[in-house]
Parts: sequence; structure tokens; C-alpha cells
Amino acid sequence: MGINFKQETFRDDYTFRNSPEQIRRFPFPFHEDGYMYSVNIEPHVPTRKNSVFEHLFDVDEHYVSEMRDRAIVLAEDPLRCQSLPHMTLAGWDTLELLMTEKAASYPDLFTLTRDGDKWHWINRPLGIDDHFTFGDTATLPYSPLEYITRQSQGDFAVCDQRENNLWMDAGMVTTQADWSLDFDIGMNFFEWHAPVPLAHEMGVFTRALKFLTSIQQGQPARRLNWTMTINPRLDTSPENFHKWGTDRATVTPENVGQKVHLRVEVQMFFRLPRSNAILFPIRCYLISMDELTTSPKWARRFHRVLRDLPNELAEYKGLVRYRPTVVEWLSKRDDGAPTSPGFGPD
Amino acid sequence: MTIKSRPVYGTLTPQAGTSHLLIADAEGAAAILDLAKKAPAGFFASAEIMYFPGSEDRHHVDALKALAPQKFYEGPSFAAALPRLRQILEEAHMGLRLYVAGTEVLISQVELAANAVGVDHRAIQAEHRGSLARRVQCVHCKGITENVTTQPYTCSHCGLLLLVRDHYSRRIGAFQGVCINAEDPTEIPEKEEIFR
Amino acid sequence: MKSGSNRIEAVVTDVVTVNDLVKRFHFQRVDGGLLPTFSGGAHTVVEMRDGDRTRLNPYSLMSSPLDTHDYTISVRRDDVGRGGSLFMHNQVKPGHRMIISNPVNLFSLDLRARKHLMIAGGIGITPFLAQTSQLAGRGGNFELHYSVRNEALASYADVLKQRHGKRVNIYRDDHEERLDLPTLLAGQPLGTHLYVCGPSGMIDWVRKTAADAGWPVENVHYEHFAAPQPGKPFEVTLAVSGIGIHVGENESLLEAIETAGLNPPYLCRGGVCGQCETNVISHDGKFLHNDHWLSDEDKAAGCKIMPCVSRFEGKSLVLER
Repeated sequence: MGINFKQETFRDDYTFRNSPEQIRRFPFPFHEDGYMYSVNIEPHVPTRKNSVFEHLFDVDEHYVSEMRDRAIVLAEDPLRCQSLPHMTLAGWDTLELLMTEKAASYPDLFTLTRDGDKWHWINRPLGIDDHFTFGDTATLPYSPLEYITRQSQGDFAVCDQRENNLWMDAGMVTTQADWSLDFDIGMNFFEWHAPVPLAHEMGVFTRALKFLTSIQQGQPARRLNWTMTINPRLDTSPENFHKWGTDRATVTPENVGQKVHLRVEVQMFFRLPRSNAILFPIRCYLISMDELTTSPKWARRFHRVLRDLPNELAEYKGLVRYRPTVVEWLSKRDDGAPTSPGFGPD
Repeated sequence: MTIKSRPVYGTLTPQAGTSHLLIADAEGAAAILDLAKKAPAGFFASAEIMYFPGSEDRHHVDALKALAPQKFYEGPSFAAALPRLRQILEEAHMGLRLYVAGTEVLISQVELAANAVGVDHRAIQAEHRGSLARRVQCVHCKGITENVTTQPYTCSHCGLLLLVRDHYSRRIGAFQGVCINAEDPTEIPEKEEIFR
Repeated sequence: MKSGSNRIEAVVTDVVTVNDLVKRFHFQRVDGGLLPTFSGGAHTVVEMRDGDRTRLNPYSLMSSPLDTHDYTISVRRDDVGRGGSLFMHNQVKPGHRMIISNPVNLFSLDLRARKHLMIAGGIGITPFLAQTSQLAGRGGNFELHYSVRNEALASYADVLKQRHGKRVNIYRDDHEERLDLPTLLAGQPLGTHLYVCGPSGMIDWVRKTAADAGWPVENVHYEHFAAPQPGKPFEVTLAVSGIGIHVGENESLLEAIETAGLNPPYLCRGGVCGQCETNVISHDGKFLHNDHWLSDEDKAAGCKIMPCVSRFEGKSLVLER
């Protein structure tokens, strides 16, 4: 027990900060001093205590505030949560998975009581106590997918599997790195990845799809992805790009430490039992440069990764305008010493 | 580089089936006429043609009628014909094959109507003919601008200057437009006429 | 969910003789808990320890996906096969402990369908038992057409009729009852999906009839597990591991590789999922390809083999394993 849920914002005055403990458990995504695409998928099994992989679905100190930010986004733009008609069953699968895992991982925060299809769900951090009938959408205030993902950190894409492809036919997407569910819903795996440079030619998606379509029940997988965000903004959607895009021009040598954030996505893949769909949770973690460089190893390594990143990738990730300023700032925190293998902060 | 999310259209080819529904606008008629050269005897006896000539020359209408389809419908626009198309699809049996030729907009609208009755877009023969002008959806205000020929273009709804991304949604039937100067609104790139 | 594990320790709670050829087996968890939820059309791989050899055979789950206190499968006795079905029929009794796999679905319903049209032959009825239960529980639109040799061998026909009434149609060979497939197909509403499971001749016939009637391939689904066939013994060199193995007459190549201590990935063990695909480094002899995965070009080139169902006859075979 003892998650100290913070009251903070991801917009306007941006009061989001990581505690020292949260910095130590940050999922730093680079295991070496360089970066290129790879399929980099590994089994999603609970591992080290005090890491973000301690449980299948991590709940951290930002939970309550992230859920409040999601509610603000949905009030402004309800199209961020959608489901094609054949995906309702996958919504119930998602609800079951998230409720059973959360209740098992954090019994002091969440309680699920099941009596046949009569379910009772208690979410203490958010003050929710609901009785409903599993499978009967009329007994919930939202669709099953929206109901449970309003209570779960990270975005969720739900993919139907047909003819050896995955079709993004439902989702809850409010903390995305520049992609639009409303635009991409209904697309297959290759179509929704269309804007990603280089990877198609490298055959990355063909290999990844082959792996993902064979994921089995009880054997989830995960991978890490990353980008950068100016200000700790969760909603970096294309929908609102014209509102947050100017932030990218505000980076100066003086404010890099507070303004510039590394944004890491833990992408997970679960086979859902009733619908045979794949649930694709995308959990976002933010860390400011000041916070990141409290680890000398991470400071050295991130400097080298960012400096050597191919231009196409910098362009795709939207880093072009401020990369030189950040690389310059980081270079002062890189003494050239070798870095130890692995992801950890040392 | 091909655009991974832009459909790759083929050439209309006669399919095995019990009946055939062929839909075209403007220059799409020529694709049906080309298909007729490859079609087995009796193909058009179980076929219906729906055609929207627009401002096209009338000679396509006469040529299509000359194929002697079981039914021929000429309409002023796809929108006007939609109730008729919906009824045909609702009542049709498996064995009906769909063919659509013409603008990308027409293709996407027919695919959407067919999806609504459970027909997969891959089961539809589609051939692109005519204008390369793009239909683009503004990702910010969701407004759709028809016949976009320039890069960038100005959204006809919210007025933002948009980059036409090579990213196509079949469900919306449009490319994605994203603000081109969001990082610095004082940058105003020149418009170039490139989709023709 | 127990993460990362694919194996379930189960106990056989009941064995029911359905008719002269078919027995039904009920499994529950050894620890008494609920089994994983599954979707209609899924199979489980049953591990059979028979003396010093282990066989792994896939069987469709036929119980209702809405009730996971037990799993049931039906096994048709095959007197000339490699012995898996005979082991189940003769050795497995209530109380027998077995390892079964988490459910895997390679024959799932397309939930976009306006109507589901199902065609079964013989023991191919089993996935449809689960699928019809799943659909009936949600008011789904389906129709089942089931061909059997005779009344006595019509496994579960009575149960299905009782559950679903007119939506189930039975055709008895010995009464000269025949499914008029072209007429059936012609009357289906646009957006219907067709599912077929049964002997391979029947699957080929249904697929061809549907294609001729203008059914797009996207709307036609089939369950086509090939059971591994017995054959002449052969020797194989596994180049990566640096060992030689012997594949016995009643053993599949995949089983022989596993016996040697390797663990190639698999899902179906029936030549359809592609997981165990293995590169051939060199060979002198001929392949007996029995899978539905490799392309005809790959088969002709002799560059790959599916060890779950395919065999080899000749002087030497070197695989990249």
C-alpha cells in the first residue's frame, strides 16, 4: 500500500512532477547508446518489485490526475473513444481483464466481487462503487470499454483479428503520440502504421504482425517505444496539434530541464478470450530532462541516442525544431564515460 | 514509395457470381466498357449499372446502355442514388458481386454502403479513373474539403492551413489534413498545385 | 490469469461413450478453479503420456464458452492413425491427470457477419457446438447443416436439435439425404459468412461450390487440421543443435524434435498455423508435405518443412533447428 496519489495537471499550469521513487522506476527505453527500430517484443510477465513491470497493469502516483485529464479530453472530444458495432464483446473482455488484474494486483485499491454475471466493482482511488450485470451494456453508465478505460491509465486500442491481420476496430485514445483513433479506426495493421518512416522497408511490421497474430491467451507480450514532448502534456493528439504545436518553438537553453520531456510508451499485447481480439494497451510515462539526468548513466546515454538519431526519425517524432538545443544541453551532462549495459539507472 | 494506407485499386475484372452491380461516375464508365470486353457471354443479363455522368459527355450513357444490362440507372449524384443502393444491398443475396469505378470519393462511398451490410471492402472490385484531386479531412475540426489539388490547402471549414498527409482512411473516404504551421503560425508555405 | 504459462494441469472428470466411434472427455482444473474463458472455434492441445512417449494432439473445445467450470472434447477413434485417439479411447479414464494447453482459436467467428452459415461433416461438428452456444447466448443469427453417416453415428445431433430447433438441419447418408449446397448458398443474405469443418473432401467441395457461386474468400472459413500421418521411419540432422534424431513410424517429426529436448513454437500441430515452420539446409530424397501452410512454390523448392504433419523419405535431411 502507500501509493501517494498526486493532485497535478497535464495542461495549463503543468504541475505534473515525478517523485524520486517514480524517477527510479521510470521505464528508460535504451539498453545501449543508440537507437534504431527493432521488433523488440518480449513476454509481458510481472518482474522486479518497484518497477513498472511489477504488475501486468501498473498503477502509479499519477493515476487519479491522469484519469481527471482523460475526462477533460472526452468532454471536449467524445470521438476519442469509439467502437465499431462488432467490438462490444471485446469491450467486455477488456473490462474483465482490467478489473480482475487490478483487483488481484492492488487489493487495497480495487475490489471485484462476482456472483455469476452479477458483478460488484469498487475503485477506491476514484470513489466508484458500482453493481452491474456482466454482458448487459444497459447496466453500465458507459460502454464496457469506455467504463473501464476511464479508470485505467494509458491508451487502449482493441484489434479484431481476421485473415492473419489485425484491424483497429475500437479504442480509447487520449494520451497519444500524434495519431488519431477517429481517423485510424477500421484500419489494418499496415494501414495505421502508414506514416511511420523506414520501418516498412525494413520488414519490421511484417515480422511484428506475424508475432502479434499468434499471441495466445495467458501469454501477453510488450515492447517499448518513445518520443519527446514539450511540457508534460498527455493529450498530444493531432486533433489539438494547432494548440500545442507552438510549444515546440519555446525551448531555450535555460528551460530545457523543466520543459523537455522524454515520453516512453509501454505497449502491451493481450489475447482476449471471448472475442479472440488483441488488446493493445499503450501506457505513457513522462520524465523531464531535469528528472532524467538525476541518473548520470541515463544522461550520458540519452545524449548519445538523441545526437545520433537518423533525421527521418527525428522528423517523424517531431523533434527537429528543438533537438539541437536539447543535445547541446545534454552534452554538458555527458563526460564521455562508458555506460553500463541494460536499462537501469545504475 | 507506395502509401500503405491508401487503397491500391485494380482493374475491374469479371467475377464468378449470380448477379453483378456496377457503379461508376464520370470517366469510370470507361472502366465498365473495358470490363465488358473481358466479360463472359450473358454477364450483363444479370447485371445492373448505376451511373452518375456528372458533367461528362453523354456518349458514355449511350455506350453503357448498349451493353444491355438487366437494369440501367442514371442519376445526378451518388448522394441521390444512395437510398436506391441501400435497398439493393439490403435485399441482395450472396452471389451478388460489386464493382465500382471512378473517383476515389465514389469508391469509398460505395465501400461504406457495402460495409454496412457486411461486405468486406476486399470483396469489391474497384478501379480508379478520373481526377486525382483529393478529398481531405481536417484532423482538427473534422470538416471535409472536396477536390483538394494543392499542397498545402486551406480547410474550407476552420480556415487552418493544412498539410495533406499520405494517410488515407477508407472509413471516412479521405486523406488526413494536419496543420502545417502549428509550430510557428507565422510561417506560410507556398501552395503548390500537385493533385491533378 | 497466470501469466506466461500455456499449460493447465487438468483431471479427467468423466468419459462418455457417445457412439461406436466417438468418446467425450470432460476436464477440470486439478485445483478446482475455473478454466480460461474461450471463444467458439478454439482448440486445446492435449498432452498424452503413453509410456516413454508423449503425443500432443489438438481437439476443438465443444462445451459452451459461457461455462468454463469444465472443458469437453470429443475424440473419434482412428484405428489406422498414430495411436493418439486409441490412447484416449483405451487408456484415459476418469481421474486421469493430463496437461492441456490454454485455448487457441484458429477458426473464430467473424463477428461482423449478418448471418453465420455452418456446414459440418462427422466429427467436424465439435467446434460448432461451442460456436452455436456462443451465438445463441447473444441472439446471433446462425444456421447449421450437419451431414452424418447414419443415425447411430450422428454425434450430438439430438442435443443440437433440442437446443436450436429449426436452425439445425441433419442429413443422413444412409437415408440418401443430401445437402443441396448450391440452393442453400444462393438464398443467403449479403454479408453471410460460411464456416465448414469436416473431412477434407467436404471442405474442398464446399469451398469450390461457394467460389463458383460468387462467395468472396473473405466470407468462407474452414477448419482444416491435418492429423499427422504415420509413415516410414527417417533420420534427420538438426544443424543448429548439432544432433541427429530418428523419426519413428508412428511419430511426427515435431514430436521427435521435442523428444530430443528442443521446443519449437507451435499452436495447431495440424499444418495450418505456420508456427513450427523450419528451414531445410540440405536434403537428398523427397518430402511428403501434408500441411496447408507452405505455398506450392516453397514446397516445390524444398526449402521449408512443417514438422508437425510433414515427413521425408530418402537418404539425408538437414534442418535448421
